[in-house]
Amino acid sequence: MTTDKVNYGTIIKNGIFGENPVFRLALSLCPAVAVTSGVKNGFLMGVAVLFVMTMVNGTVSLLRNFINPKVRIPSYMFIIATWVTVTDLVMAAYARDVYKQMGLYIMLIVAFAIVLSRAEMFASKNKLIPSMVDGAAMGMGFLLALVLLGIFREALGKGSLWGYKFVETKPLLIMIMPTGGFFAMGLMMGWLNWIDRKFFGGTGGGGGGH
Amino acid sequence: MLEKVLTIFIASALINNFVFSRYLGLCIFFGVTKKMETSIGMSFTFTAVMMIGAALSWFIYTYVMVPFHLGFLKIVIFIGVVAAFVQAADTIMKKVTPALYYKLGIYLALIVTNCIILAVPLINAEEHYSLFESMALALGSGLGFSLALIIMASIREKLDLADVPKSFQGLPISFVLTGLIALAFLGFSGMITL
Repeated sequence: MTTDKVNYGTIIKNGIFGENPVFRLALSLCPAVAVTSGVKNGFLMGVAVLFVMTMVNGTVSLLRNFINPKVRIPSYMFIIATWVTVTDLVMAAYARDVYKQMGLYIMLIVAFAIVLSRAEMFASKNKLIPSMVDGAAMGMGFLLALVLLGIFREALGKGSLWGYKFVETKPLLIMIMPTGGFFAMGLMMGWLNWIDRKFFGGTGGGGGGH
Repeated sequence: MLEKVLTIFIASALINNFVFSRYLGLCIFFGVTKKMETSIGMSFTFTAVMMIGAALSWFIYTYVMVPFHLGFLKIVIFIGVVAAFVQAADTIMKKVTPALYYKLGIYLALIVTNCIILAVPLINAEEHYSLFESMALALGSGLGFSLALIIMASIREKLDLADVPKSFQGLPISFVLTGLIALAFLGFSGMITL
């Protein structure tokens, strides 16, 4: 029992820090840049991904003994597409105004490399509960990255957080424009590399080639 | 009619460029632009797959999904269509034109789960475009993506000679660079109003 607990701790730490999908693995970057012009959008997108990853990992884990290894990738893709459709329809029903802005990106969760890679690398070899925890931890890492970027961009671009203004002017309007997303992402990655090198003795720099 | 097709074409290639203003396809964008040669190979493969994929999905959407009210299944169906088509193209190319396969086959494998390939049919379905308009969107997006790849590849080749701070080496500096190009592409906005 105790070993199980240690395992969960490692899985969660791994998802949020060690293999953070956005900053470490540099996977699924598109939505990370696209929806983070505000904290709220980033948060909702993160929640959507968290939900999809948890459910996909759970489903794949339950079906792991029934899926023929030869057709596993297409099967996983249909499982992912199903859960993304569920998320998409729920979002379209209950969060209209947000959905109008980022509906396309919600649908494109289906093409996230991170979801497929977790299903393939973890859920297809593990039991239900650890798989779901792994999905949730990875989703959490993604959510945190999006919120962090959202805070950075919204505070600088609009002078507000979650829609509440704290300064009257718009300090750096460019941060909420498309180009600002790329700048924010590059600066954030560079900064995290610097922290990693300075305080944790990591290699820093280089970071993912994908 | 022709005017609308042209508008969609130019808008999707320059103003709403997938990489610089819709932020899609970034994985491939950063993955293959280390070398000019791979970016050119990817551009060709990508544009071709995009056109055929969009046409296939258009026919399925218009003649199967709309009559049977299956619109809500579009994510599942489109990803199935695109993945099946890419897989088929892979097999056919290997048999029919092995020479071409060894040049471009590797890119096909990368394309299967690409977001742009999926985004184009989704946008077409959302906007209820006609066949010609869909093709214009697909071609425009493909060429726009190729343009982005080639610009980025030529800059990154120069980047090897530059003295980049250690923390920024690799991806971070590429992101900042992309931001600068996106800033230039911002100049296209307002050129055409849809």
